[in-house]
Amino acid sequence: MTRTTQWLYGWLLLLPAMVLLALFTHYPAVATLWQSFFSTPRGSRPSVFVGVDNYRQLADDPIFWQALGNNFWYAAGTIPASIVIAILMAVWVNERIAGRGLLRLAYFTPTVLPMIAVANIWLFFYTPEYGLLARFLDAFGAGSHNWLGSKSTALPALMLVTVWKEAGFFMIFYLAALQSMSPHLAEAAAIEGASRWYYFRRVTFPLLMPTTLFVLVNAVINAFRLIDHIFVMTRGGPDNATALLLYYVYEVGFRFWDTAYAAALTVVLLALLALVALAQFFFLERRVHYQ
Amino acid sequence: MSTMVYAPRGVTRALETAAAWLLGLLWVLPLLYAFWTAFHPAEFSTRFVLTAPLTLDNFARAWAAAPFARYFLNTVLLVTMVLAAQLVLVTLAAYSFARFEFPGRDVLFALVLVQLMIMPDVLIVENYRTMTVLGIKDTILAIGLPYMASAFGIFLLRQTFKTVPRELDEAARVEGASPLMVLWKVYVPLARPTYLAYALVSVSYHWNNFLWPLIITNSVESRPVTVGLQVFSATDQGLDWSIITAATLLTTAPLLIAFLLFQRQFVQSFMRAGIK
Repeated sequence: MTRTTQWLYGWLLLLPAMVLLALFTHYPAVATLWQSFFSTPRGSRPSVFVGVDNYRQLADDPIFWQALGNNFWYAAGTIPASIVIAILMAVWVNERIAGRGLLRLAYFTPTVLPMIAVANIWLFFYTPEYGLLARFLDAFGAGSHNWLGSKSTALPALMLVTVWKEAGFFMIFYLAALQSMSPHLAEAAAIEGASRWYYFRRVTFPLLMPTTLFVLVNAVINAFRLIDHIFVMTRGGPDNATALLLYYVYEVGFRFWDTAYAAALTVVLLALLALVALAQFFFLERRVHYQ
Repeated sequence: MSTMVYAPRGVTRALETAAAWLLGLLWVLPLLYAFWTAFHPAEFSTRFVLTAPLTLDNFARAWAAAPFARYFLNTVLLVTMVLAAQLVLVTLAAYSFARFEFPGRDVLFALVLVQLMIMPDVLIVENYRTMTVLGIKDTILAIGLPYMASAFGIFLLRQTFKTVPRELDEAARVEGASPLMVLWKVYVPLARPTYLAYALVSVSYHWNNFLWPLIITNSVESRPVTVGLQVFSATDQGLDWSIITAATLLTTAPLLIAFLLFQRQFVQSFMRAGIK
């Protein structure tokens, strides 16, 4: 095969995928940035260039800041919790524990179900007076509480659903990593007299770092991307206490139809995701221990 | 057992087993609860007495209350269409990246990887505009189109194709096979486990996807089950919880059954997909 035929084959094979990627990933990313400098066309008024007006509006928008803050707490709460639980699950399922096949199934099942469907179940779970949680607390004489209806507990209640949904997913990756670990490491450590906790802290956990990085990146992306349960459980309420960034984009873009402002909000979201990518490449990769 | 030098023993072991089971119980509790509610009359939805009569009435009423048959058909069409397109596009692109030398390859590969971070899920505003321009709003095609060129699939398959020994490739070339023939006869068969892994991940992703379908569809003819379920349970017309729960289980049933039947393959597929 000559060099030019190599080139031609390479390009042609790539063409269909590249066209679709350009159309639905690269173009919209750039177009979002472009549109964020224009106004939303309304009726007879066409869209005009407004410079950074949308961003000025954004800086003065308390709901935007609240959504950003919510998203931060949402990520800060769900990610470490899911990772710790995932590691625990993986360690347990990796041991010869009684009924580990069933346990693995129990941990993993929430992962395969649609978020929108399980959110319905959790909604009922949290319902004041009738819900399982209310019934359970009633038995202990605790008063009824509207978990999703009060500002202080709505976001934590959603976070619990997220941890429940994601821990089993992350467990799989830790399990794969644990299973690929050489048994000689444990033998050598045992001969040296290392305790179980010491072995985990100094050997297992560092060796799981590449997995943790992979899981971390996925978890951060999901914290910005997966908002399905909000539609079912709170609709961003009460008083925007559970509005995450993408949910706010949806509200602005598809309920108020202010597409230009939604574009500016999306730019913030894209910038945050780009930051995650940069952090992954320049900061975390260096600190990860590879075998 | 040499691998088990750190396996817990005695009291520790008993405690850990108990903790693991407690967590497992907590994890399935919401699902068990849903099953209880769906299979019992409404007055027993939060009363747990063993003598409560079992019923399928909730399912029948849910099925009759919304066009779930149509929603299911839409989802099946969507998932099949997306997967078929993905398999073709991803195979060709991965083959190109894995085995051909051409200018711009690294830049193009980096451009593909961008989609791992910036998924179509967050580009809803502009993609909606594009679908309007293309005139395909409110169609199943519009739901699937942004996901057909999958960076994840290209990446995964490229890794697999790179492990195929070049000798196999060259032997087939010497026999006079064209590059596409080689792809079909050598690479595709060897990558079968990767295809299975990718297919399971893709099907469960698109079966469960909600936000983009919600935005781009607004009629029964194109809505997938996830959106159908939401439309159904959000219309506040005094539906009781038993019916909503039954509908919820109904929409998840095919995936749940498939998962229980092919549990091992599912778990291994997700594992395989995660190890890069």
